[in-house]
Amino acid sequence: MSLNKVEGVFRLNAIRVAIGQISPILGDVPANVDKHLQVVQKAREAGAQVVVFPELGLTGYLLKDLTYEVARPLGHVDIARLVKASDDIDILFSCIEESPSHRFYVSAVYASRGQVAHVHRKVYLPTYGLFEERRHTGAGDEVRVFTAMDRPASGMMVCEDAWHPSIPYLLSVGGADILYVPAAGPGRALSGDPHSGSQQFWERLLRTYAQLFTCYIVFANRTGFEDGVFFFGHSFVVHPGGDILAASSSLDEELLIADLDLDMLRRERYRTPLLRDEDAHLTHRLLGDLLKPGVNR
Amino acid sequence: MTKQREPVADSLRASVAGAIPVLEAFLRHEVCKTGFCRAVLGLSGGIDSAVVAYLAVRALGADNVYPVIMPYKLSSPASLQHAEMVLADLGLRRIVVEITPQIDAYFAGQQDVTPLRKGNKMARERMSILFDYSAQHQGLVLGTSNKTELLLGYGTQFGDTASALNPIGDLYKTQIRELAAVLGVPTPICEKAPSADLWEDQTDEKELGFTYDEADAILHLLTDERLSPEDAAVQSGLPLELVSQIARRVRLNQYKRRMPVIAKLSSRTIGIDFRYPRDWGQ
Repeated sequence: MSLNKVEGVFRLNAIRVAIGQISPILGDVPANVDKHLQVVQKAREAGAQVVVFPELGLTGYLLKDLTYEVARPLGHVDIARLVKASDDIDILFSCIEESPSHRFYVSAVYASRGQVAHVHRKVYLPTYGLFEERRHTGAGDEVRVFTAMDRPASGMMVCEDAWHPSIPYLLSVGGADILYVPAAGPGRALSGDPHSGSQQFWERLLRTYAQLFTCYIVFANRTGFEDGVFFFGHSFVVHPGGDILAASSSLDEELLIADLDLDMLRRERYRTPLLRDEDAHLTHRLLGDLLKPGVNR
Repeated sequence: MTKQREPVADSLRASVAGAIPVLEAFLRHEVCKTGFCRAVLGLSGGIDSAVVAYLAVRALGADNVYPVIMPYKLSSPASLQHAEMVLADLGLRRIVVEITPQIDAYFAGQQDVTPLRKGNKMARERMSILFDYSAQHQGLVLGTSNKTELLLGYGTQFGDTASALNPIGDLYKTQIRELAAVLGVPTPICEKAPSADLWEDQTDEKELGFTYDEADAILHLLTDERLSPEDAAVQSGLPLELVSQIARRVRLNQYKRRMPVIAKLSSRTIGIDFRYPRDWGQ
């Protein structure tokens, strides 16, 4: 795993984020915890305050019936090993979470100070084409902004969640400064471009969101192959002006580092006050009308 | 003035070069996951196996690739010569296994053996040799069937369609030609008429009754674009009769693209509700 070095010194009002773009071992949770811990150590050495891993980094993606075997309650010893490592660096990771009533979720977990600070259960489970998530997992029904310690207000959306604008919208109305997007995005290489068509779409999508919601977006996509499916990597960070701050250029495992200048949020939100002018009450009222029984949709 | 529509085959060709780094990474990751970074493939002298050889060498290095040339006594001398060109160009080891003795022994004394039966037997013999090499050298068998052949069922079940990994199974023949040019496959291999070389003077297009350009245009519209045969005929400018013939072939040959069907008796039946990824634990 190569380290993308950042030149210069720490800015005062900034947060250094690392993305662990990895290729998990399919179905081997303890081995993937080890892999995460190695990357956490590298991120720590690089001075990162937060390290972000891809969707289902602890399990691999094309699980099918393995879902049942890799699922872990968040108190499980495998998960605890990783959470404990968040003592001095925040860790965002993803796994199949098993609830006390034995429901299975694709979850993103934000651990900080050795504790689970927030859990987001993936709301939109793609079940079409090559995807069959809904066959094996249940959908989350909460979308909340959280703040760990003195970190900026943050939100998480897992992969397909981001393809539904309601999720970043809700997180934006909730006050998020940073949106984290752990993903397992498969590539389709025959798009007529060296980069896959889906990679281009992700970039367009998240750059647009960052600009519209005037926030930072951290996209942590996995790499590697599972049963012939190629995950395109290309993790990146977008700043509130909509430009790419840092991006992985490779299909391989990599540690990407970016400094998020929090003063930029202030400047951008004053310059383009979309959040100030957003009328969530109007949206709420009209959505309520639209969703009344008998209204044609 | 109406805009001239780009031929479908041309648009298929345009996007192929971008797939090379992905295919290289596919071979490297999926082969090396087994713990052995070696691959075995049958080298026929044709364009498909040549492309796989070039990709495998880029991904794994020539030392880790075991190309096996398996001629029958009636195989075209040009096929052997073209396979040798690939070996020379890539610096690959030379492995030649004649299949004439076992094929002739099996059919000795049998009357009225059709070319199709004989061709299928030869394809399965070659597959069996490749899997033996796989065990001997601890390398995975690479498939060399393209998407056109797989969709049309133009291959032998458990013969040339069998493999552990297939890097070109999602590429049409017209795309393979483009890929071959980018990869630097020698021109005589790229330019000759495609042939399974199962009997003398056989060519794929003569046997199939249509060209690969026609087949690929139709298959792309039916499969990837999900058009009806009627709309595919209009879009491609090809006769509906041909489009329907190809659609029928795809349907009739579905069995070749699946593992054997198992009679379901229990609550967890392999392939139905016992569903695990192949890369389980890798």
